[in-house]
Amino acid sequence: MTVVARVARWCRGTATIWWLSPALIYLTSAASQASELEDPPTRWTEGLYRVVMLRDYNTRVVLAGATVMGVTAGVVGVFMLLRKRALLGDVVSHAAFPGVAIAYLCAELTSPGTGKTLSYLLVGATVGGVFGAMATSWIRRATRVKDDAALAIVLSVLFGVGITALSIVQRLETGNAAGLTNFIYGKTASMTWSDLKLIVIASVVVAGVVMLLFKELTLLCFDEQFGASHGWPTASIDMCLNMLVVAVCVIGMQTVGLLLVVAMLIIPAAAARFWSDRIGTMTCIAGGFGAVSSATGVVVSSIVPDLATGALIVLFAASLFVGSMLFGVRQGLVPRGYLLFRLRRKTAIHHLLRAFYEAAEVRTQLNGQLPTSLLLSHLGWKERTFAGVAKRGVRKRLVRRDGQEMSLTELGQRESARIVRNHRLWELYLIRYADIAPTHVDRDADQIEHIIEGDILHELERTLAQSADQEVPQSPHAVAVSHPSAVVSGDGQSTKSEGS
Amino acid sequence: MTGRPKSALTVVQRARRKSDRLSTWCYMFLAVSLLFSVIGIAVISEAWRPLMKWDAIDNTMVLASVLVAVACSVPGCFLVVRKQSMMGDAISHAALPGVVIAFLLAYMFAGEDHDAESFETIKRSMMFGGAVFVGVLCTLLTESVQRLGRVEGNAALGVVFTSLFAIGLLLMRAKADDVHIDPDCVLYGSVENIALEAYLTGQIPSAIWVNAIALAINVFLVVLLFKELRISAFDPTLATTVGINSRMLHYGLMTVTAITLVAAFETVGSILVVAMLIAPAATAYLLTDRLSWMIVLAMIIAAAAAVVGHASAIVVPDLVLRPLGINSVESVSSTGMTATVIGGFFLIAIFFAPRHGTVSRALNRVKLAIRIAEEDVLGELFRRVERRDTTATSAVLERLGQLHRRSWLNRFALRNLVSADAVRRDDDALHLTEEGVLWAGDVVSSHRLWESYMSKHFALDDDHLHEAAERVEHFLDDEMRSRLRDELGDVDVDPHGRDIP
Repeated sequence: MTVVARVARWCRGTATIWWLSPALIYLTSAASQASELEDPPTRWTEGLYRVVMLRDYNTRVVLAGATVMGVTAGVVGVFMLLRKRALLGDVVSHAAFPGVAIAYLCAELTSPGTGKTLSYLLVGATVGGVFGAMATSWIRRATRVKDDAALAIVLSVLFGVGITALSIVQRLETGNAAGLTNFIYGKTASMTWSDLKLIVIASVVVAGVVMLLFKELTLLCFDEQFGASHGWPTASIDMCLNMLVVAVCVIGMQTVGLLLVVAMLIIPAAAARFWSDRIGTMTCIAGGFGAVSSATGVVVSSIVPDLATGALIVLFAASLFVGSMLFGVRQGLVPRGYLLFRLRRKTAIHHLLRAFYEAAEVRTQLNGQLPTSLLLSHLGWKERTFAGVAKRGVRKRLVRRDGQEMSLTELGQRESARIVRNHRLWELYLIRYADIAPTHVDRDADQIEHIIEGDILHELERTLAQSADQEVPQSPHAVAVSHPSAVVSGDGQSTKSEGS
Repeated sequence: MTGRPKSALTVVQRARRKSDRLSTWCYMFLAVSLLFSVIGIAVISEAWRPLMKWDAIDNTMVLASVLVAVACSVPGCFLVVRKQSMMGDAISHAALPGVVIAFLLAYMFAGEDHDAESFETIKRSMMFGGAVFVGVLCTLLTESVQRLGRVEGNAALGVVFTSLFAIGLLLMRAKADDVHIDPDCVLYGSVENIALEAYLTGQIPSAIWVNAIALAINVFLVVLLFKELRISAFDPTLATTVGINSRMLHYGLMTVTAITLVAAFETVGSILVVAMLIAPAATAYLLTDRLSWMIVLAMIIAAAAAVVGHASAIVVPDLVLRPLGINSVESVSSTGMTATVIGGFFLIAIFFAPRHGTVSRALNRVKLAIRIAEEDVLGELFRRVERRDTTATSAVLERLGQLHRRSWLNRFALRNLVSADAVRRDDDALHLTEEGVLWAGDVVSSHRLWESYMSKHFALDDDHLHEAAERVEHFLDDEMRSRLRDELGDVDVDPHGRDIP
């Protein structure tokens, strides 16, 4: 392995850090310099300018926090998506809620007034999240209840515990529960410097763990059994991944709220899936999507009043998902549709050429002209389809068309011979080796003729003991070329056209 | 020997049953002690005292909760067996934008006359329709994302429902100033408000009516389409081949689920309703293997959970919170408590379900271990009698201890056998009773038949046969033995040259 390849692989493996580093260095340094509040912007362009230039201290903090959270959630989400546990994040975030509420209660009981201390609540959230993840996997293992029901039960029952605890908190004499609802809907707009510090520290830890365990996590996602059989501690790695999810949920609760944090775990990762088949690249892209949607959400919500930042972030991520689903190069609908369209056009031309060849063969005039009506009835196409395909054939210099007559060019003759040869080689192969009756092979060969090339062709020639020159074998079955007015072939009494 | 009289079999079986009584006793003991400890705690701590304050408001609240829980548990059963439980969660989240949009539309069309009585009705029905529509739309979108984008099912679900939910939140926040709409109203619901409404107006609140109708629809549809729903739940392909449109049925189920969930929003909210939807069904799933029983059980469990949940919401402050030093809390959230109680029921079912519970599985293992130990004792006695060896208790136990190294289990098995009248003890010597002889004969003949079978069909040395036969002897039943005899032809002796009883 060359040094360059080694460095490239390392870069891919450490994608997280690359995404985090500019955000961290720039935004946190900017956030740390507190500045006075300026007058509210008069026009939205001025507001945009201020936000983009990071003029407001508050915006800087929020932007940094949300971006870092987006990267972390996107990166961890990739593993959850590939592990087919995408919804575990939902359970963890809902389970963190009773943790928060109970932590608040405990704090209030031991020393009244300290309930809202953020560190207590976050410890509670972490414990709750871990409990939720562990309960889910325990139910899955110990009972016959399936995965989906285990998720739904843990999620809703623990949320119920949370609601019960919240109702106690609300009726306490000391303190009120206003701070707790921040965890449900997020409090992006009112993020403080200490929140940001916490998010950054947690994100760096998560990113570090992902970087260190990249290989192990990949193994867990793709082939757990293989890993276990090679002595990897898959259970511990799984636990580790669950911890990462808990960490993401805890910092995500601060920004987008517990009801939507699962979106940041799933959507960027699912969108990145449309762009790459490599997990390293996918991690990069997912992190990027998370960052971009978070940053856009924060910027837009700071310009336009009365928008819920968390929901906005999720919606930007969702629009990235829709865009990726349409245009992603790997699985996207448009690229796939385009490929399909090209294939259809290619096969249509092939069918035309083969029909010409077969009709001409029956008439024993390979170089001559044929009436288009004959070809049309042989192909069984609509007039318009035929006209379109014929036009493309003319443009590609495969056929010539003079009014109602049609003839092949030299290129067309070679191409049609090649296709008919592919078709018949496959038919012969099916008859000889797959034991299919000669009358039944035509349709199958019809589909395969377009993609027989190179190695497969040589293989076919070898097994069928055909010479490699361009000689076209005889058709193993009768080719009926029909014509509405004149029956052309000797045995073509039945005017039903075979083939395409 | 194949023509053994039928009555002899029942003797052996009866002897086996007698020795199985132990596990039944264990089970009964556990159940009774659990019950008594609950009652004991209640009596000692005087926790039942707050229940004396139960009044008409409580009745209304319990009625509403019971209706919601029972109505939800019916479609929940089908979601659980179809492995689509998270779809319920997704629908209930996704319904939010439907509610909000319908709400805003209603205000837009109504213009000035907001206070008219008819406006309230129109608004409610529009919100209901909007929520159901978006809920069903969520399932459609999920399926198309899954199919078109080739996204894994759970992820597709996650993408769709969170996006829809985000739209709902965004709209709600954006319009919060213009019209009063409270997210908490949809997310948490309030059974307390419903009861209060009933108390103040003296009428049955509409939420109760809506849930009763949802329940009626669910029960009616299940009764009507039970066969079709069952086939398509367990084998959609088979359903299609016998002419049932399972796709149609799937969307029908989703629509009914959405209607039931939305009906429940006002009472319990959109997240806790998932507990009522899935948890009773999953609990029933652990208790039974029949879908019809599962539905009935789920309904009963849901109703019980609603009642117990409300009662414990009243009891908990006195029982738990006062000892902790919180005196200001009169009662806790009834709905939250109901969800918690359903979770508790599910937990109890995980442990104590008769067939699938962890405790009963452990008990079955213990039972099997005891039976194997008993049969080892019987076999040892039988062989000793056969070769006219001593049948002194100490000798038998010592020999078995050498073989299996579990002396306490052997001793226990022996005592069990004596109490089951399979073994008689005269002073120190042990004798097989008539039942004991038959039972031991079965075990020993299983052992020797298996050895003969293995030596005939597997290329094994004679000294390798015993180990396998020692394991298999406990699991051959009468039919297997007679088939082995047929297979082996007329054999009277095993490969070691001993008679097969």
